[in-house]
Amino acid sequence: MKKPSRLDVSHAKSKAYYVFSFAVVVIFAILFAFPLYWIITGAFKTKSDILSTTPVWWPSEWVGDNFAKLMNSRSVPLFELTIGRFKIAGPTIPAAIRWLLNTVVMAVASMLLTCLTAAMAGYVLAKKRFWGRGILFSLVVCAMALPKQVILIPLLREMSALKLYNTIWAVIIPIVGWPFGVFLLKQFSESIPTEMVEACRIDGAGEWRTFTDVMLPMIKPGVGACAIFTFINSWNDYFMQLIMLTSNKNLTISLGIATMQAENSTDFGLLMAGSALASVPIIIVFLIFQKYFTKGITMGAVKG
Amino acid sequence: MANKNITISKKTRRLMIHETVSSYLFMLPFLLFFVGFVLYPMFMCVFTSFFDATMGRDDIFVGFGNYKALFQDKVFWRALWNTLIIVIVSVPVTCVFSLWVASAISKMPVAATSAFRCIFYLPVVTGSVAVTMVWKWMFNNYYGIFNYIGTATGLIENNINWLGDERYALGCIILILLTTSVGQPIVLYVSALDNVDKSLVEAAEVDGATQLQAFWKIKWPQMMPTTLYILVITTINSFQCFALIQLLTSGGPNNSTMTIMYYIYYNAFKLYKYGYGNAMGVILAVIIAILSAIQFKAGQEK
Repeated sequence: MKKPSRLDVSHAKSKAYYVFSFAVVVIFAILFAFPLYWIITGAFKTKSDILSTTPVWWPSEWVGDNFAKLMNSRSVPLFELTIGRFKIAGPTIPAAIRWLLNTVVMAVASMLLTCLTAAMAGYVLAKKRFWGRGILFSLVVCAMALPKQVILIPLLREMSALKLYNTIWAVIIPIVGWPFGVFLLKQFSESIPTEMVEACRIDGAGEWRTFTDVMLPMIKPGVGACAIFTFINSWNDYFMQLIMLTSNKNLTISLGIATMQAENSTDFGLLMAGSALASVPIIIVFLIFQKYFTKGITMGAVKG
Repeated sequence: MANKNITISKKTRRLMIHETVSSYLFMLPFLLFFVGFVLYPMFMCVFTSFFDATMGRDDIFVGFGNYKALFQDKVFWRALWNTLIIVIVSVPVTCVFSLWVASAISKMPVAATSAFRCIFYLPVVTGSVAVTMVWKWMFNNYYGIFNYIGTATGLIENNINWLGDERYALGCIILILLTTSVGQPIVLYVSALDNVDKSLVEAAEVDGATQLQAFWKIKWPQMMPTTLYILVITTINSFQCFALIQLLTSGGPNNSTMTIMYYIYYNAFKLYKYGYGNAMGVILAVIIAILSAIQFKAGQEK
């Protein structure tokens, strides 16, 4: 005969707690996913569903009216080129499509530039000993701890002086300068054994060859994390976009939706269609590269 | 002999110079962006805060004039107060909630852990504008889901104009902010819990420690650096809460949701008072730096 030991009792207790906590987590998960559900279903609801005072939990009818309105509301040329005195304008397309294209170009350009500059800088900060390294690295860490937004006013004046104001570059350049990527890739490069780099140097490879052929392949996961992190952050960097971009054709998708809101503040169907267009692509990207993204977040946290 | 020493040190010197030069060449692309578009604007933020600066004319030196004006500005104090309320409420709630969720989901099978982690991260990825739009709808006076649920369950008698009422607006903002700020801490805590030394926990359990004891005595101290980092980033994020306010309330009604970040935006980009905005930016940066330093100090002592 076996008496229930203390261990068994605590086991039963912990099992009950496990079930309870699972239930609570599920409830919270539903609450957290609800806004997204509401955006996506809202985008396809009819006007009467939207304006019903009793919430319509599932669209009574799936319609594309909201998207049609979004596409018809404004239009801009696909591209504009100025060669000397000649101005060439592309075919006219819905503004929302142009905004989406602008956002993709901006996010991809920020991502590529950040990864390249950060991989190079992170590599030497981790593996080389040179004059000024300590100071440079503390500057990087200090800049990261400060609120990014306080530099927006000087940045605006700087961009105006450089004639970059209201161009996509005004948004890209500050993102590339932001030191998080360097910090991340410095941490990552430190985990690569120095012998690998030295062996390559002894075999006669130059500095650049060592970097591209030995270092880069080994820090690939880190670069992946940096890439996805930069992509998502620049996609959603609303404050910077708001300040730097003004003309209709240069807006990003989130900024475009925000300006639409000013004119149609209660046309929730239209706003949900726009919100879906702004958020669904980035959510898909996030879900695909989730593993890298999680790695980026956790690696950035391991302070040296 | 002496001669040989000199040649070696010359060679070392040459190697050192070579290393420094090549390192700086590698750093150059990043430094161009970093110095030009992060450090220089940071310096200019402090510098311009001593000027009366606006569009279309040269800046006029005013010394500490902007700072003096700030201290007499009632809206600034209101904004500071509101910002502190946001920080004081959202930072502890975010930390405790995310720690609890993380410890609950980290015991689940791997697939469930990563699914839940994803769901709690969704509001962050969705982007501040889309999130704000949908909450605006949910809080709407007539068509919003909150008023429906409230009146249907009898919690509230009449529809409440959530975002237009001084009593509720700031609370609504904090609620939305909370949903967008727990994602990252949960990811961090899950990975910190994974990295806790399992043999220590098992040893404690064999010795008869309860789950709670095992958590506080063994896991919690090991996760201290993560907690510290989460405290710092959550504080910074709460101070920077902007999109919600710009799109939902514009600081109103009656300045009840005015925060420092929005007041900076309002002064600099609506009134074009650049110097004044920069002075506020400097004060904000100093406050954040002091708070981060305190949190680090407290964390290190433990």
